[in-house]
Amino acid sequence: MKARSREDLSSGRAAAAVGSAALAELAHDHAPIEAGAVAGVEPEARSQWQLFWRRFLRHRLAVVAGGTLILLYLAALFAHQIAPYTLNPNLGDPKVLLQARHGPSLHHWFGTDELGRDQFTRVLFAGRISLVVGLSVALVSTTFGTIVGGLAGYVGGLADNFLMRVTDLVLVVPALAILSIAGKASHGSVVTIVLILSVLFWMPIARVVRGVFLSLKEKEFVEAARASGASGFRIMLRHMLPNSIGPITVNATLVVGLAIIAESTLSFLGFGIQPPTVTWGNMLAQSEGSVGTPTAYLIYFPGLAILITVLAVNYLGDGLRDAFDPQSTR
Amino acid sequence: MLTFVVRRLLYSIPVLLIASVLVFFFVRETTDPLARLKGSGNRDLTLIQRETHRLGLDKPLTTQYGRWLKDFVRFKWGDSLVSGRRVSTDIRDKLRNTLQLIFWGIVASAIIAIAIGVYSAVRQYSALDYTFTGLSFVGLSMPPFWFGLIAIQLLIFVPKETFHLQHPLLYSVGIHSATNHGTLDYVRHLILPVATLSVQLVAGWSRYQRASMLDVMSADYIRTARAKGVPRRVVLFKHALRNALIPLTTIMAIDIGSLFGGLIITETIFGWPGMGKLFFDAINNGDTNVLLPWLMVTAGFIVVFNLLADLLYGVLDPRIRLA
Repeated sequence: MKARSREDLSSGRAAAAVGSAALAELAHDHAPIEAGAVAGVEPEARSQWQLFWRRFLRHRLAVVAGGTLILLYLAALFAHQIAPYTLNPNLGDPKVLLQARHGPSLHHWFGTDELGRDQFTRVLFAGRISLVVGLSVALVSTTFGTIVGGLAGYVGGLADNFLMRVTDLVLVVPALAILSIAGKASHGSVVTIVLILSVLFWMPIARVVRGVFLSLKEKEFVEAARASGASGFRIMLRHMLPNSIGPITVNATLVVGLAIIAESTLSFLGFGIQPPTVTWGNMLAQSEGSVGTPTAYLIYFPGLAILITVLAVNYLGDGLRDAFDPQSTR
Repeated sequence: MLTFVVRRLLYSIPVLLIASVLVFFFVRETTDPLARLKGSGNRDLTLIQRETHRLGLDKPLTTQYGRWLKDFVRFKWGDSLVSGRRVSTDIRDKLRNTLQLIFWGIVASAIIAIAIGVYSAVRQYSALDYTFTGLSFVGLSMPPFWFGLIAIQLLIFVPKETFHLQHPLLYSVGIHSATNHGTLDYVRHLILPVATLSVQLVAGWSRYQRASMLDVMSADYIRTARAKGVPRRVVLFKHALRNALIPLTTIMAIDIGSLFGGLIITETIFGWPGMGKLFFDAINNGDTNVLLPWLMVTAGFIVVFNLLADLLYGVLDPRIRLA
């Protein structure tokens, strides 16, 4: 044991000597050191973001998921250009009605409903709303949750008490029940549904941020900042917030998925976004009756769209979690 | 132990009380008890006025709350605004049906989740482990109601048409067939609702069980037991599994709240005459007399379940002293 440690020490010292000698030589030979020249001798220091990217790219499923999400959002953005038919055809039109109840085919990839509307077009346009709802809920609830959680963790006192008591209370009542009552009363516009869902989803984020801030508060660099006269506001914004970006981003990502599922569930029950605005949820609500009939294909595609989106979001969150974790060995 | 139970019960009183204030004001602000009357094309203003007065809706909300609370704790829950039946009887009957779903849902989810979790931990990184991981991601990424719809289509209608069956293998409406009340009939009605209720629970709990099992298996006392020559199987099930089950109880208790949410979806799809269906109908009818007791009864259930989980935790893990 003793011998080994001595050997380790000496070999370490030797390596250090070689290293310093090489450096000295380099400095001597090439006065202005070029990056390329050094790279051969000593690995170039990687920035935080480069490390993050390397770890993220190694999580192959997460990369695929990220790509899928970008495609989905692009499809939603350019729905008008991609859609093969119009979203709202003239419903009485016999030409449209002739197309009714056609199963999936080359003309109508996802088939048509009982009114002759092309389902592929509708899924595309519904995706606009569902994806925007997911993203907006994540943004609103993350912003609010980070503010409350940050104050609760750093300042404590009133904000902390408020946060803990409110979350205690919310655990007592089933969330879906409260969402349904609120959704029913709101008459289902997109903005109100986003706000209602945000009211639910800010709490888990606030609890996470609170925990991170509580532990960061004790770290030396925060103490150093405080000792050098930084204000509490500055410490929170410039020192603690950048260090909690990992957990915040990961949770915000997961909220996108949860919000899309929650919106579709509310819309399915009839308490969410109301027609004529199309979402994946209310498309499924409208085709519930087709289960067990020849038009049963109507229930597959909107649900698959939700599944693929949320699956991609969850894998992306998984990849981000690994990439943000400095202990990760990936 | 007894002092712990008493203290937790005492603490839950203010929690439930504050919840009741919030729930009351929330429901009364969002839901109009006379919506049906006003929406039925009835333009008789005196009738609406008379009803407003009869239900005490012309009083300030705080007075109404006081009156409601006094009646509520004395179990005078009033009549449904729609059916006219007594709400307390209604809730009692529906609760009986719902408890069957909850019971079988929890039992099935726990057994499947623990089995998957243990297998995935013992055979970590095996093909089946990856499969289970993928499936649990799918389960968590899928709206439960969609799973229900797909299950009805694929397990009832597709086999029925493919094999030209006279009767479907499983049923998708209600608890019993009109003519048949046997056990088999009951099971055939039960399977799909329970499956729909369990998807997300199984997906979440199995991941959790896997992590907790892996955690325990790397503990020193497991290596000690193996070194002593205890057979692997005994170590796994007697030493590791028992300890790995403890954290799961907490997660199970926390998920009871979402289980009630799941009931609203499941019972609506499968026409199961329970609490979830009752709630769904009450919202659509603006039946505040049903909504308020419903929310309070579920809140009571969630509080009790959480208490039970804490007690169970204490029994399973003697290191934790409940005082």
